[in-house]
Amino acid sequence: MTGGGFSGAAAIAGIGATEFSKDSGRSEWQLACECVLAALDDAGVDAAEVDGFSLFTMENNPEIAVARALGIPRLSFFSRIPHGGGGACAPVQQAALAVATGVADVVVVYRAFNERSGHRFGAGPPPFAYTPSTDQEYRNWINPYGLLTPAQQEAFLAMLYMHKYGATSEDFGRISVLSRKHAANNPKAWFYGRPITLEDHQNSRWIAEPLRLLDCCQESDGGQALVIVSTERARDLPNPPAVIRAAAQGVGPQQISMSSYYRDDIDRLPEVNLVADQLWRQAGLGPAEIDAAVLYDAFTPMVLLQLEEYGFCGLGEAKDFVADGNLEVDGRLPVNTHGGQLGEGYIHGVNGIAEGVRLIRGTSTNQPAKPIENVLVTGGSPVPHSALVLGADG
Amino acid sequence: MSEAPRSVVRTAVPRLVVTQDNEFWFRAAREGRLEIQRCADCHTLRHPPAPACPECRSFDWDTVESSRRCTLHSYTVIHHPRDDAFDYPLVVGLVDLEEGTRLVADVSGVDREELEFGMELEVCFAEHAHGEILPRLRRREKREEER
Ligand SMILES: [Zn+2]
Repeated sequence: MTGGGFSGAAAIAGIGATEFSKDSGRSEWQLACECVLAALDDAGVDAAEVDGFSLFTMENNPEIAVARALGIPRLSFFSRIPHGGGGACAPVQQAALAVATGVADVVVVYRAFNERSGHRFGAGPPPFAYTPSTDQEYRNWINPYGLLTPAQQEAFLAMLYMHKYGATSEDFGRISVLSRKHAANNPKAWFYGRPITLEDHQNSRWIAEPLRLLDCCQESDGGQALVIVSTERARDLPNPPAVIRAAAQGVGPQQISMSSYYRDDIDRLPEVNLVADQLWRQAGLGPAEIDAAVLYDAFTPMVLLQLEEYGFCGLGEAKDFVADGNLEVDGRLPVNTHGGQLGEGYIHGVNGIAEGVRLIRGTSTNQPAKPIENVLVTGGSPVPHSALVLGADG
Repeated sequence: MSEAPRSVVRTAVPRLVVTQDNEFWFRAAREGRLEIQRCADCHTLRHPPAPACPECRSFDWDTVESSRRCTLHSYTVIHHPRDDAFDYPLVVGLVDLEEGTRLVADVSGVDREELEFGMELEVCFAEHAHGEILPRLRRREKREEER
């Protein structure tokens, strides 16, 4: 182990997914069961061995429903992390903690939904928004004025960031073009074989200025699961372990879901910075040792902001870092090689964790030629954040 | 922008979550006043309302009335998706109030070409979804005392 604690103790041994589509034609519950079985099959572990589930909120399929349907007889560990996509990587931290401490031996993480054919997050507030509670009270200060969707709520940050650093819509567009280029070479991606140009991006309609349609990820139906076991056990399983070198969560000062508008610098993400510091400390490395990254890309500006908060470049420099080709497959830091949520599918960040595993295994459809020792995978922002460093064994 | 009553339209805007922490603010808004919560001990202003002061952790608070003068900190122009409670393109602003706290509200009567960081605005009150009287932003009008 490096850096003490649970670093290196657990690994992702299996990944499995359904197809990513716009209309799955079956229940979310079935999608969950299918992806869990696919991940267990990939791991070479029997379903009856599963003794833990770790999920994050906005998951409609409780672990007991999946355990019942799949005849999983005993669960000794189950947890659920709040804050939707921001929490996407946190269930893997929970799983690693449970495995490292012997609370559970086989923990499964999944996200399964009909987010396109069922309720679309981009259409307006989700059903739970209408429950009057302190959890939803923050909506008082944004929803009545027209900020109803995540794109609309992120726009203030993106607009100020452009104003401060001279970034342009084209700088955001380069993230979209890159993702679609990667997706075009990934048969599993919704946008397989359908790359776009910067001109396509610039011609796409406004959603919430400065965000255009092609700055926003697609909405998808599908499921993705991960199987976490001890690194020691993973070594005896069919696939090379993706070792969990670091995993962290973060809430920053005066954090409000999607609307931390009252901080001095609204274009900064202190919760991301807090996660970064923990990751580097746990893993005993820094941004220079990260060989590739999967950065949460529900909306393109957050990729630029995350590049800066994680220290891959200085503040305001992400636009140049991107334009210089650093994020390409043969670049300094290949990013979102699966096509991201912009190109592959929006499975709330969990499909990105699977790509992190493939990069460590050497099986990405856009596998960089260079050796990949460490991969950063991040959850969403601007909400409470989470992220992982996955590493090769040995 | 049309000024049709908003109380009858179908809207996705959730009803206000009125609690013992924020009820004062909505009541003042209905009466056309913009109030800001103030710590009774260290006098730090805070918005949105909360039960305790993040500076000194006091639960004692009172309020001050805002001058409603503000400047534009950031903004967006919303085109999609559309909700019946608003007219589109919809300009929404985040402003710095003269007192030092920030506020979000929709902006009326300013074209997107005229939007500028730091431009002077003021808070007025108007009917919003579900018939609620809430802040709206508009160009600052020169008042008697400023001439
Ligand atoms: Zn105080």
